[in-house]
Amino acid sequence: MLVSTFIGAVTTVQTAFNLANSPLIPSYVVAQVVREMMVLELAPTIMALIYAGKVGGSIAGGLGTMRITEQIDALEVMGINSVSYLAMPKIIASALMYPLLVIFAGVCGMFGGYLVGIFTGIVSPTEYVFGLRSEFNPFTITFALIKAFVFGFLISSIASFKGYYTQGGALEVGIASTDAVKNSVIAVLVSDYLLAQLLLGK
Amino acid sequence: MIRLENISKSFNDKLVLNNVSGLFEKGKPNLIIGASGTGKSVLLKCIVGLVKPDNGTVYFDNRDFTNGDDDIKTEIRREIGMLFQGGALFDSKDVEGNVMFPLDIRTHMKRAEKLERVNFCLKRVGLENANKKMPSELSGGMKKRVGIARAIVNNPNYLFCDEPNSGLDPQTSILIDELIQDISEEFNITTIVVTHDMNSVMGIGEKIMFIYKGQNLWEGTNHDITHSGVKELDDFVFANKVMNAMRS
Repeated sequence: MLVSTFIGAVTTVQTAFNLANSPLIPSYVVAQVVREMMVLELAPTIMALIYAGKVGGSIAGGLGTMRITEQIDALEVMGINSVSYLAMPKIIASALMYPLLVIFAGVCGMFGGYLVGIFTGIVSPTEYVFGLRSEFNPFTITFALIKAFVFGFLISSIASFKGYYTQGGALEVGIASTDAVKNSVIAVLVSDYLLAQLLLGK
Repeated sequence: MIRLENISKSFNDKLVLNNVSGLFEKGKPNLIIGASGTGKSVLLKCIVGLVKPDNGTVYFDNRDFTNGDDDIKTEIRREIGMLFQGGALFDSKDVEGNVMFPLDIRTHMKRAEKLERVNFCLKRVGLENANKKMPSELSGGMKKRVGIARAIVNNPNYLFCDEPNSGLDPQTSILIDELIQDISEEFNITTIVVTHDMNSVMGIGEKIMFIYKGQNLWEGTNHDITHSGVKELDDFVFANKVMNAMRS
């Protein structure tokens, strides 16, 4: 909430700064830009990078620790498919819940822009709300949610893989966590481009 | 009864187990002993199915566990309890949750019945009032005892213990050994204990297999281990100063 609120606030200030010398551009455009940036890119992608660091690192660290302390072996000996038991719920939960986080982040970002717009006099509340609603293309929401689903799936899958196949000791758990975050971030950025090209490209 | 036939296993062209065969009897602790790095733990992992041997077969009461179909493997796994070296307790569950876990996944018992069984097992290992403790709050010996309780909660036919005494003081080690022996006899379980602790060997070693460089070099009991005539076994046994003093 904090991150996305400030991202929205900063986007508002920077957009207004770039439009300051253009008398032909109405101030509600600031809200349009904030909306488009939050929905299309900042909420799904920036949050994904943070999500990879926090949740991806946590998944890899947790599973890695379970591996080196033989907890996964214990599950296997009990006849439990440890991948299904440990990784699958995390992947499903992440793919389904990350889009909700993105929606929340988008709302917070636009709210942050609204607050800064009002307090600094960049844009009036009426203009900001008008800007948010004008020329709105609902497909951007669909696109953001598709991206969020893919990012949530990728981050949890990569983190689960890295954690599950950890070998060694505490040092290797740390390496697995770092690798999970690094690979997740790369996967997010590459898939971000591919999805944009696929769904928005001409 | 568990029977091994010519178990071999290599890792990266390094032969860790070389044609190991043997028989482990019911109702008593069967010990696999040997120095560190000789393949004891790999052998145990081959027996319980965590590692697939390159060659050879493991039979659980004449049921082929290595090459049998999935139904037989699942059936055998339901009859296995295992105590891991570090306890391998699930960090996210308390003692009660850990011990109850096998019942949660394998039985359709009501919660009250499961709780009764859990309390029985915890009482059996001397941890009556530890239900709500988390693994991080337990000492090494307590973790092992919770591990034993979890291993026996499902009335297993086979119990495996990987170095149950590692990291424990001598008195606690003896308690764990006696517990394993008592449980094996009381529930008529085929128990296999991997250890290099000579106190355990002399205390509960009714059937001992000595592994040396991946081979089954000697089999016998704790009564004849001191006069086996096998140099490698003598080197292992009498590396212990107390044992050496007894010999001289």
